Amino acid sequence: MKFLPLLWAQLFRKKARTVLTLLSILVAFLLFGLLQAVQIAFESGADAADAKRLLTTARYSIIEPLPLGYRSRIERVPGVVAVANADWFGAKYQNESNAFPVFAVDPGRYLDMYPEFTIAPAHREAFVTTRTGAVAGQRLADRYGWRVGQKLPIASEIHAKTDGSLSWEFDLVGIFDAEDPTVRGNTDMVLINVAHFDEARQLGRGTTGWYIVRIADSEQGKAIAADIDRQFMNSPDETKTQPEKEFAIGFAKQIGDVGALVTRILLAVFFTILILTGNTMAQAVRERVPELAILKTLGFSDRGVTLLVLGEALLLLVLGGAAGMAAAVSLMPMLNGATGGRFPPLFVAGETWLLAAGIALALALVIGLPPALRVHRLRIVDALAGHR
Amino acid sequence: MAWLNQVAQITLINLQNIPRRLGTSLVVVVGIAGVVGVLVSVLAMAEGFRHTLASTGRPSRVMLLRAGSDSELSSGVARDQAIVLAGLPGIARDSAGRPLVSAEIVVMVDLPRRGQTDPNNVPFRGVQPAAFEIRDEVTLLEGRHFERGVREVLVGRKAAAQFEGLTVGARIAFRDSDWTVVGTFASGGDVHESEIWADAEVAMSAFRRTGFQSVTATLADPSDAGLAALRDAIARDRRLSITALREPEYYARQASVLSGLIDVPGYSVAIFMAIGATFGALNCMYSAIASRQVEIATLRAIGFGGTPVVVSVMIEALALALVGGAVGGALAYLYCDGASLSTLNFNTFSQVAFDFRVTRGLLGQGLVWALVIGMAGGLLPALRAARLPVTEALRTG
Repeated sequence: MKFLPLLWAQLFRKKARTVLTLLSILVAFLLFGLLQAVQIAFESGADAADAKRLLTTARYSIIEPLPLGYRSRIERVPGVVAVANADWFGAKYQNESNAFPVFAVDPGRYLDMYPEFTIAPAHREAFVTTRTGAVAGQRLADRYGWRVGQKLPIASEIHAKTDGSLSWEFDLVGIFDAEDPTVRGNTDMVLINVAHFDEARQLGRGTTGWYIVRIADSEQGKAIAADIDRQFMNSPDETKTQPEKEFAIGFAKQIGDVGALVTRILLAVFFTILILTGNTMAQAVRERVPELAILKTLGFSDRGVTLLVLGEALLLLVLGGAAGMAAAVSLMPMLNGATGGRFPPLFVAGETWLLAAGIALALALVIGLPPALRVHRLRIVDALAGHR
Repeated sequence: MAWLNQVAQITLINLQNIPRRLGTSLVVVVGIAGVVGVLVSVLAMAEGFRHTLASTGRPSRVMLLRAGSDSELSSGVARDQAIVLAGLPGIARDSAGRPLVSAEIVVMVDLPRRGQTDPNNVPFRGVQPAAFEIRDEVTLLEGRHFERGVREVLVGRKAAAQFEGLTVGARIAFRDSDWTVVGTFASGGDVHESEIWADAEVAMSAFRRTGFQSVTATLADPSDAGLAALRDAIARDRRLSITALREPEYYARQASVLSGLIDVPGYSVAIFMAIGATFGALNCMYSAIASRQVEIATLRAIGFGGTPVVVSVMIEALALALVGGAVGGALAYLYCDGASLSTLNFNTFSQVAFDFRVTRGLLGQGLVWALVIGMAGGLLPALRAARLPVTEALRTG
């Protein structure tokens, strides 16, 4: 630690150069922080998954409906604790298709199935008892300025009412939210009461989109899933049951390999930083050879001088990296505001900080080692004589 | 002329000098190549996606959907409505007098990508016999057409390339039934190449559908007046609640969400990388000038003006930037162009396959970005070089 002032002095020997290098490292780590946040947001579905929840969908495609009568049959499968059902409403709000998802659910069963959603008891009670009731996620309500007690006019692109009209109206009776940022993205939806929805729709009465199944023992997930699917085998509506996490991962994979794309971009970014900083370091050490020789003359060991150079590289990357990550963190609220809640909330996770530290350390070694070894081999006489 | 001559001479010296400063010069080239490479590749993805949807459909054809529906998946056209639509006078007929309409159903089937196991929503389209006459861009690549009334499918070229088990002769199992792949088709690189096609009636019975989702038809009169007449006829018929859209208009809407989702992060990443590369270029040009302090001062002392010095430094920066931009563009072209991928189109909730398209426009855009970075990175160092007090510079050297 006592060498810190010396490292600092070495680093800022040429202020402009170091500041520019620091800024480019800052930008690289800022980009790293942001892209990692986007990737984590994409995968948040899987992270927020509960190992004790299974999803039962139609076997051949998740958009095919299942009979509502399956609920009681799934409930009887050993190991199953609770079952909830949900259906896709296909919302069109203010002329925008799929501005947010609307699910037709059995209120009590659905909210019990997702204890990570927080809702005031009075709101919950109102949702359970109001047939035309609806509840909305806090972020969504904020986005559109909805107030509890107002009417929610939402059109459906799929479900006509018995009179043939596609325009539906619900009473907003409550707001729900979640504490955990990875779960909060999943609250961007409106829930409506299936009792009213199923009765008022023209087609598809008595069916639902999918079932959510709570089991007692997460270890038994695969076995219970197979048991459920066996119930309906060879029926007109065969099912596919899988743990929630697998479903979320599968769905994310439909979009494609976001992770691989992000990794490739970041490789390009860090490769550029490597060349840039490596060159600057090499140049900085080259200029200082006589000084380093003097340090050796004063009694610094070969190892000591080598460590000084390595330390300088590390200080450069830690300063730039920390500033970049801090910049990423401070940009998050603005970004989350700019996406208008259309994207899951972005945040810099703890693991991103760890990864950033690892990358900074690795880059410092790769950048610092060549000049450090050169200094290690430096012979005082040659260096002072100007034979570089 | 003397001024131009001075610029030329200094620039020549500078450029000849580059090999001796290879390390720092390389920083500019690599930094800018990185920016341009990433920018061009990401935009090539968005470009390829837009191209696929933009090349789908002809203005002479209309999509008939339930009023209020923005996509086929959420639309519904009952059987009797489809018959009424086919009889409307605004719709073209073939030489035998049969209307050129195809009422179609679209369902999603789950297929894994090649070499993977997770299911993807692949669109499965049931078409009527006239579909091939209406969409004359569809050509058989391999095998034969499916027979009517038989569980046989034709597979689009891109679907066959992306998803597992879609080779001619293979059997695929969807919903209570086995289907045989009897052929593959191409349709000019459009969206339909990501689809699986079968006979509409067979598909409806297998997927237990009673109605269609859309009707595609050729307009008798492709002008705006012809379309307006068809819309009028539909509006007058109380049995119909149908929207008629020209195909290109319909497919352009299907691109809206996803192309924004690629464009916005693509440009954001490129802007950040460009800022980083500008710092790198500044650094490089400053050190290039520092190492030539004496030389520049000497030139000034023997009568060269300040402006030629500025211009020459700028030219050097721009030349390096241009090399970087060209390298980045070339890498993007070699690495990405023609590479295909498929993703979930949020508008249709189904997989769409497309190729990266590194177009001339994108490469040009990449070079413009490179020059802007070069300009930003060269200007301040160039000004410093020109302002250097001659005596002081000569002394420090």
